[in-house]
Amino acid sequence: MDLKEKLVTSFLAFENDIDMDSPLHDIRSEAIKTFETVGFPSKKEEDWKYTSLKSILKEDYSVFPRQENALEYKDVKKYFLHDIDTYKIVFIDGKYSSHLSQTTHDGIDVCLMSSALNKPKYRLIIENYFNKVATKDSLASLNTAFSNEGAYIHIPKNKMVEKPIQILHFSTGNEAALLLQPRNLIVVDENSHVQIIERHQSLTDNPVLTNSVTEIFGNKRAIVDYYKIQNDNGNASLIDNTFINQKDQSHCSVHTFSFGGKLIRNNLNFYQNGERIDSTMKGITIIGEKQHVDHNTLVHHIEPNCESHQDYKGIYGDSATGVFNGKVVVNKEAQKTNAFQANNNILVSDKASINTKPQLEIFADDVKCSHGCTIGQLDESAMFYMRSRGIPEKEAKALLMFAFSNNVLSSVKIPELKQRITKLIANKLGVNLGFDL
Amino acid sequence: MLLWDLTGAGKSTLASVIAGKEEYEVEKGEIILEGEDIEDLAAEERAHKGIFLSFQYPVEIPGVSVTNFIKTAINANRKAKGLEDMPAKDMLKMIKEKAEMLEIDRKFLSRSLNEGFSRGEKKRNEIFQLAMLEPKLAILDETDSRLDIDALRIVANGVNKLKSKDNAVIVITHYQRLLDYIVPISFMFYTMVKL
Repeated sequence: MDLKEKLVTSFLAFENDIDMDSPLHDIRSEAIKTFETVGFPSKKEEDWKYTSLKSILKEDYSVFPRQENALEYKDVKKYFLHDIDTYKIVFIDGKYSSHLSQTTHDGIDVCLMSSALNKPKYRLIIENYFNKVATKDSLASLNTAFSNEGAYIHIPKNKMVEKPIQILHFSTGNEAALLLQPRNLIVVDENSHVQIIERHQSLTDNPVLTNSVTEIFGNKRAIVDYYKIQNDNGNASLIDNTFINQKDQSHCSVHTFSFGGKLIRNNLNFYQNGERIDSTMKGITIIGEKQHVDHNTLVHHIEPNCESHQDYKGIYGDSATGVFNGKVVVNKEAQKTNAFQANNNILVSDKASINTKPQLEIFADDVKCSHGCTIGQLDESAMFYMRSRGIPEKEAKALLMFAFSNNVLSSVKIPELKQRITKLIANKLGVNLGFDL
Repeated sequence: MLLWDLTGAGKSTLASVIAGKEEYEVEKGEIILEGEDIEDLAAEERAHKGIFLSFQYPVEIPGVSVTNFIKTAINANRKAKGLEDMPAKDMLKMIKEKAEMLEIDRKFLSRSLNEGFSRGEKKRNEIFQLAMLEPKLAILDETDSRLDIDALRIVANGVNKLKSKDNAVIVITHYQRLLDYIVPISFMFYTMVKL
């Protein structure tokens, strides 16, 4: 039985298990039908031309973890941003860990999707927002069909959330192969501000596939800063589907740091439903071996006077492969749009490759849209300059790569996170630079 | 020592070869520093032995500040000598001293290396690195070219202060005016070196 069949047959058991009367019953049933019809995406589809899921779909994944697993904080502390106070929503093999989490209902809701789906007091938010911005493509539908657990964050209006929120997913390796489908809903009301950090971490070499969906709603003048740390083990793969719906004057940013994992696909979609909106998408990808990272972005300018900024840097070594596919759509009504897109790449090895494709569909006539992509090697004259000052080749290379990715790093607003990512980059490059950029 | 010749004679090439640029292969002759043949050493290893090249055209490295660059360089040189990293306090003190000597503004130190620097700033930054790294042999490749008189004075004063009996400076230039400030011990016409 292949994975698709297994999932479709598992669906009935899943629905029986969680309550047929759930308000989500219809949405889930619809979604599994969509998935059953379209199946997993293949390379024949334009959007998946350079990314094949074949190698990761052949594993015999457990769809529902059989047992609850526990972890000790000291064993996984290093994966937390632990030097500052944060809210934490932690999952172990897809199950919520109250032991490792720190949630709240004090003025804001930082808690679990499963409880939000079942408790009447959240019903209105669920009805208004759940599955309202996620697209109905195959992978998002698959997630919707099995959606039951994940992070639920609701920030009512005029709240400045003092502490960042961490969403962490651990997989213990107690299953031979595990499929996880977290579902996050984040609603940020008028004038509110929140910072969120998301990380997926497999603790063994057993195969893990995560197909996650995150819906984010930035209402009027909301500020949402979202950071994704993707630095997983060599057998862990991630398909991240993030959908952001923005209202007037909201500022939403997503930073994606992709340093490890077998295959990572980031589907990041921004919809600007209002005026004077700012959308920012930035990323640093540093991978080697046979790793694959695919950034597929969309920003849809629907109304006038909005901005979008995209800046993705990639450094590819060994036989690593990268994809950047950035689509910008500007509706006829969206005059005075400012849309910028940049994708710069460095290939450090002859076997590494990157496919980069900007796609601009502009229907308005008074807009500023720019895009640029570069693929190059490290600057030899800069290398000689640094080495002539006594900096060894490896450090010189690292310093150049740091410099290359610096403008993405410099827009990270949480200093401790910036420091942590700087260290991750240094580790990844195998150097100790002794300073933070 | 002063190296003086026409454009195209190969002065800068010679300087790059001594500093270890890999594009060149030495067919004849040896490069000996304090009795040791350094021909097979990589550029950074030559730097660790005390060779410093002040570039005619310093490379711009956006994203790396002057301070971070010099810290990395100094600690790399110390590591090569088996020393611990220089304590941050000492490093700051040294940076402050040398910057003052070369009349370098503090703001300048936090700017990206050579990015958007004026010609004078680039050259001064080279001499700043020279002052920080304290090499045994410094090669100044047209450090005086196209500098205004004030910048030239500052650069020359910097070099004069750094000269000691334990180090040597090779100056490559087209102009006599630098000699009003730096007094070489010996002249050498490059064409003679080639013979």
